[in-house]
Amino acid sequence: MHYLVEPGFLGSPSVRTALIVGTVVAVTSGVIGVFTVIRGQSFAGHSLSDVATTGGAGAFLAGIDQFWGFLVMGAAAALLMEGIGVQRRRGRDVATGVVLGGALGLAALFLYLGTLKTASTGASFTILFGSIFVVSPDTVPAVVAAGLIALAVIALLARPLLLTALSPDIARTRGVPVRAVGIAYLMALAVDVSLSAVAIGAVLSTALLIGPAATALRLVKSPVKAMAVAAAAGLAATWIGVLLAYDSYYWPPHGHGWPVSFFVVALVLAGYLATYARRPRRLLPRSPHEEAAECSPA
Amino acid sequence: MFTGLMANTWIAASVVAVIAGMTGYFAVLRGQTFAAHAIPNGAFAGAAGASLIGVNVIVGLAVVAVAGALGIGALGSKARHDVITALTLVLMLGLGAVFVSMSTQYAQETYSLLFGQVTGVSQGEVAPIAGLGLAAALAIGVAFRPLMLTSALPEVAEARGVSTRKVDLYFLLVMAVATSMTVPVVGALLMFSLMIGPAAAARSVTARPGVALALSVAIALAITWLSIALFYRTNWPLGFFVGTGGALFYLVGLGARRLAVPRSLTRS
Amino acid sequence: MTELLKLDGVGVRLGGRQILDDVRFEVRPGEFSGIIGPNGAGKTTLLRVILGLIPSAAGKITRPPTIGYVPQKLNIDPDVPLRARDVVSLGLDGHRIGFSFPSRKRRDLVEKALADVGAGDYASARVGELSGGQQQRVMVAHALISRPSLLLLDEPLANLDLAIEQEIVTVLAKLAREHEIAVMLSAHDMNPLINVMDRIIYVANGKVATGATDDVVTTEGLSELYGHHVDVLHVHGRVVVVAG
Repeated sequence: MHYLVEPGFLGSPSVRTALIVGTVVAVTSGVIGVFTVIRGQSFAGHSLSDVATTGGAGAFLAGIDQFWGFLVMGAAAALLMEGIGVQRRRGRDVATGVVLGGALGLAALFLYLGTLKTASTGASFTILFGSIFVVSPDTVPAVVAAGLIALAVIALLARPLLLTALSPDIARTRGVPVRAVGIAYLMALAVDVSLSAVAIGAVLSTALLIGPAATALRLVKSPVKAMAVAAAAGLAATWIGVLLAYDSYYWPPHGHGWPVSFFVVALVLAGYLATYARRPRRLLPRSPHEEAAECSPA
Repeated sequence: MFTGLMANTWIAASVVAVIAGMTGYFAVLRGQTFAAHAIPNGAFAGAAGASLIGVNVIVGLAVVAVAGALGIGALGSKARHDVITALTLVLMLGLGAVFVSMSTQYAQETYSLLFGQVTGVSQGEVAPIAGLGLAAALAIGVAFRPLMLTSALPEVAEARGVSTRKVDLYFLLVMAVATSMTVPVVGALLMFSLMIGPAAAARSVTARPGVALALSVAIALAITWLSIALFYRTNWPLGFFVGTGGALFYLVGLGARRLAVPRSLTRS
Repeated sequence: MTELLKLDGVGVRLGGRQILDDVRFEVRPGEFSGIIGPNGAGKTTLLRVILGLIPSAAGKITRPPTIGYVPQKLNIDPDVPLRARDVVSLGLDGHRIGFSFPSRKRRDLVEKALADVGAGDYASARVGELSGGQQQRVMVAHALISRPSLLLLDEPLANLDLAIEQEIVTVLAKLAREHEIAVMLSAHDMNPLINVMDRIIYVANGKVATGATDDVVTTEGLSELYGHHVDVLHVHGRVVVVAG
């Protein structure tokens, strides 16, 4: 019988790096994910993560840290999306799908050429499915800084973002530069997708963006609470995921750790499904009596 | 270029292209492009699992693809289950990652399942791919008229006793068959390009259903053949040529439409 | 009393087409005006040019410093975590950067705005889950809290059932009377508004006729506006415009 926490968990430097990166990623994704769902742009998040794959593969080919590849490609794609307006709902499925296919094709090429050059075959697996345990300690400051910048942008723009989500026309009449705010938000989203790609891999990064936010939407009604719940849910999934992945080195088959990303994604999905076990959500507004009763102790 | 293993490749890839062009045409027409994205991604786990326990990859693909098609059909692709579906898909990709991480030669395996590896088509795989292709083509041929009717005028179809739900499910199963044969050749991530790119390009050039279907198949064949030829010359991954080829044809189709139709008519 | 809003010979061209031509009218504080006309006549364009969302090609517009705007429809899914009170609070300072910090004063202002439109009961419900009429009230409260002197509403009565339609009109008429806010709303049917309108702004064929309802809505006047013959019929106290 094994311990719940296998020996040496907290002593390992790669575990500490993983926990720092995981924390930054979970909090940033929780907050930005709530805005993404409110603005109806989950699709943009998904597209950015596909394009980030190309960036990661390109960085591998160029021999630099994949985080920079994710970041540069994500930001470029966000600008392009804003330019051609694919983040809107109308007519986006086919066009973006096909263009994303092109980007993934390019990723395939970069990975192939990179493998020829360096003869290290593990890279494609790391880029696609992530490996939070092999994040280089040199990248950690950049990851933390990027997360903080993204959070700061969102904190500054929180009110205009919500107002624009409510109605772009109202926002415009109140003097909000709707387009500029939208671009700033997409940039923050691109940064977040890059962080998430470092932690759980480019093709899986949507899970941390959408899952905790969707869980929060089912549980609470106010935007601030939703952000807090989403960040907490993301943190729980990442930390437990890191722990389980560390423990899994001791599971059969021996010597093969299970990927962290699998645990994180599975926990995120489980958390979302667990919200269905709660009492069904009320569709009708509550009566004033109930409201008062609930508020009085606080 | 046309001998030995490459001959198998040409045959298998041509069958795949024809089926992808056909199913893609109906997927675009019916607005079921989401399924063309979801089923292959989910099937990746099946392929990886099968290769781990030493079963034929096509069998693994088929089992998960059919299960996925039934699942999407049960949930209803238009219902508000998008979060569950998206997370389930990502989980399937993650599960695939677990399976390949346990096998010994995992990097190569992941890579070819996701991005395709056409040289891997062996003599033994040509027969099942051709068989599945024939089955998918027959299935579409038999149900051609109900498929058209429910795509174009769902209410009329219902009124005439054709169940849109049943036709939807039927078509999803055809997609599952197409997935099982396409993924080994072009990969899970790029199957969408081969299915949707040609169909979308064909649709923007012509409005006539028969012509569009034929054109979609022709474009899919052209992309595939060109990709194999270029692959043979450069040894670059097939997925690269298929992915960029799909995007290129789609953009050319859009451009042709812009030129042919005055701007005032396309805006509304 | 001086006018709040003045349009002097305003024209709008969109995509090479003349949508509105030589529009002139003025609105005073506390006035209730209805922008009436058939679908596609240019009612929404008129609202948007008053708001400054689209430029005018000709003429001059004098606007009040703050205009409250209630769009026709909200595109908010039911599960979006924005309560009615959050929406109203955004009306206060949603255009500024940074978070807003909760305070007693803010809460009182929000409660009052919601109470003014009779939406106090569902202050803590998600807006996406509210019915069309409830959403309208919340959006009116959202506009009110910025203390506008002019309130514009785009088709607020569309898709509401008759009883709720009348309730909304009553709330708006009361706001105009008690808060001295000029209310302008667009509608394709003038009948729900006939008793409360101080002024009708009838839009047809890209042109505008304005004045008291009885002066504007006549067979002769509207026939000239439409450019072909129409009949204005009075049936059981209701007004019907039919092509003749």
